[in-house]
Amino acid sequence: MQPSDQVFVLLKHWLVGRSPAVMQPGVSILLTIVPILLIFPVLFAVTTVLERKGLGRIQNRYGPNRVGPYGILQPLADGLKSLTKEDIVPSSADRTVHFLAPLVLLAVAFLPYAVLPMGRNMVAVNLDSGVLFFFAIGAISELSVFMAGWSSRNKYSLLGAMRAVAQMISYEVPLLLSSIAVIMAAGSLSTVEIVEKQSGFSGIFPHWYVLTPWGFAGFILFMIAATAETNRSPFDLPEGESEIIAGYYIEYSGFKFALFFLGEYLGMFAISGLGITLFLGGWSAPLPFLTWVPSWIWFFGKLLGLIIGFIWVRGTLPRLRMDQLMNFAWKFMLPMALVVVVSAGAWRFLPQGVTRWLVSMVFIAAAYVLLARGVETRNKIAKRTYRFAE
Amino acid sequence: MSAPFIILAAVTLVGACAAMLLRGLVHCALALAVAFAGIGALYLNLGAQFLGLAQLLVYVGAIAVLIVFVVLLTRGGDSDSPPLSPAPRQFTGILVAGAIFAILAWAIFHSFAIHTPGMPAPQATIRQLGAALMESYALPLEVIGLMLTAALIGAVIVAMKEKQGTQ
Amino acid sequence: MLGEGIVKGLAETARNFLGSFIEKDRLVTVQYPEERLPVVEAARMFPFLIYDGVDQEEGLRCVACQICEKECPPQCIHIEKSKDKKPDFIGKQQFYPAVFDIDVSVCMSCQICVEVCPFDAIRMDNEFELSTDDRFAGLLWPKEKLAMPNEHYLAIHPTEATEVEARRAEEKAQAEAKKASQPAAVAK
Ligand code: SF4
Ligand code: SF4
Repeated sequence: MQPSDQVFVLLKHWLVGRSPAVMQPGVSILLTIVPILLIFPVLFAVTTVLERKGLGRIQNRYGPNRVGPYGILQPLADGLKSLTKEDIVPSSADRTVHFLAPLVLLAVAFLPYAVLPMGRNMVAVNLDSGVLFFFAIGAISELSVFMAGWSSRNKYSLLGAMRAVAQMISYEVPLLLSSIAVIMAAGSLSTVEIVEKQSGFSGIFPHWYVLTPWGFAGFILFMIAATAETNRSPFDLPEGESEIIAGYYIEYSGFKFALFFLGEYLGMFAISGLGITLFLGGWSAPLPFLTWVPSWIWFFGKLLGLIIGFIWVRGTLPRLRMDQLMNFAWKFMLPMALVVVVSAGAWRFLPQGVTRWLVSMVFIAAAYVLLARGVETRNKIAKRTYRFAE
Repeated sequence: MSAPFIILAAVTLVGACAAMLLRGLVHCALALAVAFAGIGALYLNLGAQFLGLAQLLVYVGAIAVLIVFVVLLTRGGDSDSPPLSPAPRQFTGILVAGAIFAILAWAIFHSFAIHTPGMPAPQATIRQLGAALMESYALPLEVIGLMLTAALIGAVIVAMKEKQGTQ
Repeated sequence: MLGEGIVKGLAETARNFLGSFIEKDRLVTVQYPEERLPVVEAARMFPFLIYDGVDQEEGLRCVACQICEKECPPQCIHIEKSKDKKPDFIGKQQFYPAVFDIDVSVCMSCQICVEVCPFDAIRMDNEFELSTDDRFAGLLWPKEKLAMPNEHYLAIHPTEATEVEARRAEEKAQAEAKKASQPAAVAK
């Protein structure tokens, strides 16, 4: 193993070793947390420019190009702007809850990074049930979204919060189920172990779960559900600028608004990180002769790739309608995820070879064709009937 | 009693008391979520990782959100409901709470864990938990699964009836 | 097939993304302060007052008839008539505005003042970079700021301005002819 791979680990050990003995545990904890608290906000800044420039190019515009060379200093300007803006709290708002909501969201957004292995030996805590921890923390963020929407005493924000919570609950099910397929295959809930299970090679192909039929389907389902979980387009109904102005954070201004923004992007990075861990082999190299590249570069490279994917999808798809959203979640995603779980089970118990590839593929393909037909014929119904609004 | 335990216990108790004493129903629900989270953290503190995380996932993630939803959808969220504690009801409440507390205390003081000091804390890995659920407790698990499915179908049917009625 | 449309859409956006780097004429954005589109002739922002010749006071066409002041819908013109008179372009004695202010923070660029002015004294300017750091005094334009030479008018609205020029030349010629014939009539 090259020192370049372990450079951060060695650096940390060296720094801890140099500090006085009483302070060593504290220093060690500090050196684990502070980089996470620094790197991901920086990544957030980079992503905002990337996103705005990418979306611009997709729409044949330049995107931001004024602040600094090629506009790369735009986040600095944005940050300064939001810092200098007035912090407005509506007079009828519930002040305590209104104040707490962004804090809870941000705290909850940072916690999942504790279990993401960002490189070989680079995980803050190797929890026995890391994946479960991830989802348990994610569940709290729903509550913070609700707090924000409710405490603003604004109809739009309340609508946004209701939509957000309904959507998060619905898409958490396929998200969990597609992760369960991986957990079954790996036989562990520990993120570190799951990555290690995927870091081998057969021939030139890595043992990533995404390269199995059920893994591929699971990965697609996972990413769709992740898009919905993080309220990104095309699942951005809770924000829906054109319908409910900005949803649950409409009454937030200045830096609190920026915190919400940050929380949202941190959530997106975290869930992408989990997707990488579960399906894309975490920090492992994609080809056997590329293992000399440090593992953390692979992790962040894959993360960047997924972020670009998110941006691309955002630039392409229009927003769904609420009933489409729910139908898709319960009538397509959920059964599909169940099929993925079953086919992962079959994969586990069938002998290695062509048979299990065939069985798994047939499972997935048949389910996809049938469910897709169901979704499409259902969408052909032209006229919608309204029960309550008339 | 360690410092983390005291802090977590205090958070849990404050959350639980706030859930009873606060006026706004949504505030109560949020305070209840704090109490749930505190209990989850207590489990984690005791080394029961799976249980603690499941507590967070289920109680904070699902039950608290459900309560909040119910509060909102029944239009009770905003009104400051009048204090609902006529004396007799308060009395029964205290009685029930006292009875439950007594039973729990009795159970704890008669538990064998307390009478065999120095017993090592049992180490249950998730693998063991899973194995136990799938092997020795397979039947109860299946029964619970069946009941939950029945409840789910029942809920769907209750929801569907209204649609037929209005059409 | 479900998902086919999504893939097509992704391909389309990717084509646009890459295309914007290759074909420059895809990008329709004008990089404003450095690049500018030519201003069209009919563009209008706020009114200005026309003066003939070189001297602002002397050549100002406005006769302070106050029609525009009365017609202006948001009432943003303020005129004070002079006590004395001065000759206009055909030599007739006319009043002139001692004070002529337009509050451009109120003006809505409706051009009604231009339509009603019988003396071709007020026209719309096309200058649009008017930001100022004093939103009260900086946007209340006095006569001195409003007055612009006739050449400016000819430059920004050439078609309309040449028509006006021709008409005024005719009027002037008529007036001169009248003047020339008048003394003769008196003499008779
Ligand atoms: S353009 Fe319209 S609003 Fe402006 S000064 Fe003339 S009449 Fe008034
Ligand atoms: S600008 Fe025209 S209408 Fe207005 S006062 Fe002067 S002459 Fe009269």
